[in-house]
Amino acid sequence: MATAATAHHEEHPYGITRWLYTTNHKDIGTLYLWFSFAMAIVGGTMALVIRAELWQPGLQIVEPGFFNQMTALHGLIMVFGLVMPAFVGLANWQIPMMIGAPDMALPRMNNWSFWILPPAGTLLLLSLFAPGGAPQAGWTLYPPLTIQMGMGMDFVILSVHMLGISSVLGSINIIATILNMRAPGLTLMKMPLFVWTWLVTAFLLLAAIPVLAGAVTMLLTDRHFGTHFFNAAGGGDPVMFQHVFWFFGHPEVYILVLPAFGVFSQIIPTFSRKPLFGYESMVYATMSIAFLSFVVWAHHMYTVGMPTAGELFFMYTTMMIAVPTGVKVFNWVATMWRGSLSFETPMLYAIAGVFLFTIGGLSGLMLSITPADFQYHDTYFVVAHFHYVIFAGSVLAIIGAVYYWMPKWTGHMYNETLGKWHFWLTMIGFNLTFFPQHFLGLAGMPRRIPDYALQFTEFNQWSTVGAFILALAQLLFLYIVIQTIRGGEKASGRVWEGAEGLEWTVPSPAPYHTFATPPKIR
Amino acid sequence: MAKWFIRTTRAAVAIVAAVGMLLIPTIAAAEYGFDFQRPVTEIAHDLLWLHHLIFIICVIIFVGVFGVMFYSLAAHRKSRGHKAATFHESTRLEVVWTIIPFFILVGMAYPSTTTLLKMDDVTNSDLTVKITGHQWKWQYEYLDQDVSFFSVLATPQAQIHNEAKKDPHYLLEVDKPLVLPVGKKVRFLVTGADVIHAWWVPQLGLKKDAIPGFINEIWARIDEPGTYRGQCAELCGKDHGYMPIVVQAVSDEEFKTWIGEQKKLKVAAAAAAERSWSKEELIEHGKEIYNKTCVACHQANGKGVPGVFPAIAGSKIATGPVDGHLNIVMNGKPGTAMQAFAGQLNDVDLAAVVSYERNAFGNNTGDVVQPSQVKALRK
Ligand SMILES: [Cu+2]
Ligand SMILES: [Cu+2]
Repeated sequence: MATAATAHHEEHPYGITRWLYTTNHKDIGTLYLWFSFAMAIVGGTMALVIRAELWQPGLQIVEPGFFNQMTALHGLIMVFGLVMPAFVGLANWQIPMMIGAPDMALPRMNNWSFWILPPAGTLLLLSLFAPGGAPQAGWTLYPPLTIQMGMGMDFVILSVHMLGISSVLGSINIIATILNMRAPGLTLMKMPLFVWTWLVTAFLLLAAIPVLAGAVTMLLTDRHFGTHFFNAAGGGDPVMFQHVFWFFGHPEVYILVLPAFGVFSQIIPTFSRKPLFGYESMVYATMSIAFLSFVVWAHHMYTVGMPTAGELFFMYTTMMIAVPTGVKVFNWVATMWRGSLSFETPMLYAIAGVFLFTIGGLSGLMLSITPADFQYHDTYFVVAHFHYVIFAGSVLAIIGAVYYWMPKWTGHMYNETLGKWHFWLTMIGFNLTFFPQHFLGLAGMPRRIPDYALQFTEFNQWSTVGAFILALAQLLFLYIVIQTIRGGEKASGRVWEGAEGLEWTVPSPAPYHTFATPPKIR
Repeated sequence: MAKWFIRTTRAAVAIVAAVGMLLIPTIAAAEYGFDFQRPVTEIAHDLLWLHHLIFIICVIIFVGVFGVMFYSLAAHRKSRGHKAATFHESTRLEVVWTIIPFFILVGMAYPSTTTLLKMDDVTNSDLTVKITGHQWKWQYEYLDQDVSFFSVLATPQAQIHNEAKKDPHYLLEVDKPLVLPVGKKVRFLVTGADVIHAWWVPQLGLKKDAIPGFINEIWARIDEPGTYRGQCAELCGKDHGYMPIVVQAVSDEEFKTWIGEQKKLKVAAAAAAERSWSKEELIEHGKEIYNKTCVACHQANGKGVPGVFPAIAGSKIATGPVDGHLNIVMNGKPGTAMQAFAGQLNDVDLAAVVSYERNAFGNNTGDVVQPSQVKALRK
């Protein structure tokens, strides 16, 4: 339908300027996704440095200071460079097509929000070459330790500001698009779940990112302009940074994970050939998770010595999050129940994502129990927990989404056999890396140490082997994506037998401009 | 479709088996810790029990939910000709699975709350120890007994750099453990000197942040004599992984004897500061202090870490006036990692380490600093 109307729009500039000046949501989506893959390679390499050093006790390849730089940058890069841009990329590609809009609401700003990212990422990496190297203080940047750091810390602060501006602009754009550009008749409660979760995520970003910006700005003035926000000797409070940081940090977890919930909610019904179970409760669960995420932050800091009443408050609110999260998991399982299931690669990623994310969710419930957390806190149990949440939740959803929508983007089917190889290698690598880390943490291994006591050796070796398998598997992913872009079996417009939604009504590959005239919604 | 699935599943099983074969020898040879270390206080017992309770609840929920999912994955396949149903909501079911988890949570919250209240009750203690985290060592002060000392990593650098065989308690060994009596309620006041650390001994069930400018209170009553090891748990910079904690729990009589010995040592140290020391004595003792206290930053060769920790070899301070050198060692340099050592080292130690630094690493100034000089500067 749209093809004939938009055929003369197909021509677009070629070469570098196409990408530099583009205001097309599909081009920008592509840029975001490639940027995120590049950052994944950098951040993943740092993870391999960490895992290689932890292969055995003693110091083998890096010095403790450099090890700490790796843990800090790995965290920052994976959160701000991999997961967030990847989801914004998916939003750019999909949201206009899913709501029947011709493009994003603010296309020029869209260009700018992407092009802030490469310099911001570069600055983050350049901190490695500053005198004293990158900060050695973890991605959480706690003072007073960050006050001691060299110039690399200032690079990171500036970079975080730029990444934050990019995210805020991106979320303004997404909110404006969703609220204003839906096809006539597509009411809010008819929107696909991916659009819903992104709408909620965008509001979370708007609320949380400025708080982070404030926190790092206070660090900057403490470092250079003699303020004492976080310096007890000057009347400040080092714990205040943690409160402010986690007021951003916990919503950030849902910023990383809600769009993943949206992806699962698109993929699972498609391959179950059955509508999503409990659409309305999904929407309300998403909103209650978002709301609760602003009143649980201090569960990251039970050990700082809060009053008992405070600890109880944060324990109860945190436990409450299990309710709406549980609703989501039950709904996904109920969607599969008595469906007509098939297991193409996207579906495998969605099922594994739900399954493994739930492990992370349940270990999160364990961590919410304040007294028990005194044993878990700052150990490898926490490292295992958040990788089960962020890798299994967000990253598996991102990969699944790429397989799911890639035929629409490129017009070609990916190689299903290779896709399944990629899936199983990722599963083996991921679980081998992170499952043993639960045991390491329970047995008493602190996180963020370059060297460890002898009783932790074996599980660390499992973990290191797993990490290398996991990393190599992602090179296969790169190969599959390039192969699919270059050619392959032609994809139909619908692509998947059970696919529902506006994006499947346009041809594959989706024309450069879609929905120049809005589609009719029954 | 189904053929691909079976084929890839087979391949995956083969890979798992292959990886498993590789790992079996390590599994057989190793002692694995899967769970908390054996608790030795009432609180640590409670925590282990609580941990098991919530863990088992989580496992039951997990197995229940995914049992249903895996049944569906097996039974409701398109390849088996299963036709999709069309239902997409059930208010009754949705209400049920919102409310049941809520009651499970209440069931978990109750024992958690009572345990927390018990942990936070620091009243009626028999003994108070102040714990201060420093980069990268712990300081223990027995406030009622007027005894205080620093406790640093005792694992030799050679073991860390793989030049010597590692001891069984590699990285978990200190020069002077924290000695505590069993059966007494010990209250700890935890604070930090420079950055945030966290004092953690798993077997005591204690972990608390050591924050500059704040004092946190925790307590323990240790059930049985023994040696209990832990580590700093909050990232505190370069040597975060190298500031272990060793608690030695002894009977009350042994504890009293130990306190008596510590007081005698203090008197002996004061006497040693009164006499004049030979250059050789000072340099020998100074080297010992340097390797314990200074080496983490300034390195064994005195060259420091460029851009991070300044060198002592050929430095203006270590080859310039003696008073300037003593001043920086005793009072530190604000805004940098250089701490004030006046409170950490006694007169003999300070005199010795400064003498050593002025004659080692090619600094050959020939200067000798006597404990009496340090003592004079303290006033
Ligand atoms: Cu949180
Ligand atoms: Cu520490």
